[in-house]
Amino acid sequence: MALILDHVNYVYGEDTSLAVHALKDINLVIPDGQFIGLIGHTGSGKSTLVQHLNGLIRPTSGAIYYNGEDIHDGDYDKKKLRSKVGLVFQYPEHQLFEIDVFKDVCFGPKNLGLSQKETELRAYAALKQVGLADEYFYQSPFDLSGGQKRRVAIAGVLAMKPDILILDEPTAGLDPKGRDEILDQIAKLKEETGITVILVSHSMEDVAKYVERIIVMNRGSVLFDDAPREVFQHYRELEQVGLAAPQVTYIMQALAKRGMKVDTAVTTIREAGQEILRALAL
Amino acid sequence: MGIIKTNKLTFEYIRRDEEGNVEGITRAVDGVDLDIKQGDFIAVLGHNGSGKSTFAKHINAILYPTEGTIWVDGMDTQDEKHLWDIRQEAGMVFQNPDNQIIGQMVEEDVGFGPENMGVPTKEIWERVEESLKAVGMYEYRKHSPNKLSGGQKQRVSIAGVIAMHPKCIILDEPTAMLDPNGRKEVIRAVRALNDVEGITVVLITHYMEEIIHADMVFVMDQGHIAMEGTPREIFSRVDELKELRLDVPQVTLLAHELRQKGVNLPEGILTIEEFTEALAAVSGHK
Repeated sequence: MALILDHVNYVYGEDTSLAVHALKDINLVIPDGQFIGLIGHTGSGKSTLVQHLNGLIRPTSGAIYYNGEDIHDGDYDKKKLRSKVGLVFQYPEHQLFEIDVFKDVCFGPKNLGLSQKETELRAYAALKQVGLADEYFYQSPFDLSGGQKRRVAIAGVLAMKPDILILDEPTAGLDPKGRDEILDQIAKLKEETGITVILVSHSMEDVAKYVERIIVMNRGSVLFDDAPREVFQHYRELEQVGLAAPQVTYIMQALAKRGMKVDTAVTTIREAGQEILRALAL
Repeated sequence: MGIIKTNKLTFEYIRRDEEGNVEGITRAVDGVDLDIKQGDFIAVLGHNGSGKSTFAKHINAILYPTEGTIWVDGMDTQDEKHLWDIRQEAGMVFQNPDNQIIGQMVEEDVGFGPENMGVPTKEIWERVEESLKAVGMYEYRKHSPNKLSGGQKQRVSIAGVIAMHPKCIILDEPTAMLDPNGRKEVIRAVRALNDVEGITVVLITHYMEEIIHADMVFVMDQGHIAMEGTPREIFSRVDELKELRLDVPQVTLLAHELRQKGVNLPEGILTIEEFTEALAAVSGHK
């Protein structure tokens, strides 16, 4: 059930003087059930990459396989692909439009041609999955808070029952608590359903806290593809490409420089705390 | 009286249904009293819906108080004859750089403000040059803004405000849409404006690391000021901040958690240097 990118290249404005080589020979395997962080500075190719994953953009060369089938084969069912690879864009609340929350979430499954009953069951389940209380179901989506609107938008994609959920900066503009609530909910959803989650983020702290694998994009290529503790060891290279490591990495590096025997590869506050306590006890 | 002073500043939104009937009233800002000194770097924190943006929009007279008063450089914002002076003295930068840039070329965009103020052409160019230099974007003056990165665009937006020679600049989540580098660039530019040019800065943000150098922090909740103090004072109150849906920088949180586990670290550690110093002092005693 994997998604495979095989030598994918993409050029914007090919054969024009403005041609930009946005993706360069991308080879990736996205297996089932992984929680992946996709990072890279603005213009590194993250969004272009993401739009290839559900066939919104067709590669200039190379191929994308979903469950062993080439998604750009003539008779491939792209509509089905888009229900299986769900993409939540940045500021998804701008796409809410229905008169109430429940109807908005029903829109996706209804367009898959499902019966009204199945549509409503799915909408209900999706709203529960994002942790929205029943009392909001029949309110206008526009009367909700920023964090609630975003949950509704995510529920709209979940109601399609995707196998892969891609979220492009789902927490941009939310307050710290709202950010944690949304990410905790997504992590819980991943645990319960085994869905693959790809989180596009500019927050290294969030990526470090939640994901098991980080893909770093730079100038259209994959710079690193590894576990967070490995990737953030390259913090100097990350800085050179406009990124950074979580503050924890810098703390641990500073402690090690002062001669404290700590594991500098830890990426979360909890791990760092344990490391320091262990080192102090020596 | 400081550059920005409020007296029981209150603002109410009237919610209406589709027919225009009043459904209810939301008090977004509720009796805010503050006095900001010229040249200070002020941070405003608060969860989504706490009233911080509504408050900020009062500083350059985009919104007017329902009750109470706000003075900018001694001018009451409700006094119509001061409107343009206030808008010139207090410039605003918003979250999305793409909504704020209008020029075809960076230098044109920056010149738009002073041009509308009727500044003579020669002086406009001088102002454009100094503003772009202040934010480190001078070498991009002939570029098209839409080819710039988010951080660069935001710095151009800031240059556009400084070209109007404001006494005060208000930034409403200027880094929310930027990558780590863009965030650093913008905050560096803002700090330089404050340090070098002495411009008063009001920074609204959800990124706690951005405000550790602020002179004063105000935390808003339900339209009023729930906490105020220096960053060190504010970030010493980790649990209260969490209750207000906020956070502290990772290094502050780590120190706080170690302290709870019995490590003798002070509260309100703000930087990695302070943390390593404090920890060295602790382990040295062992």
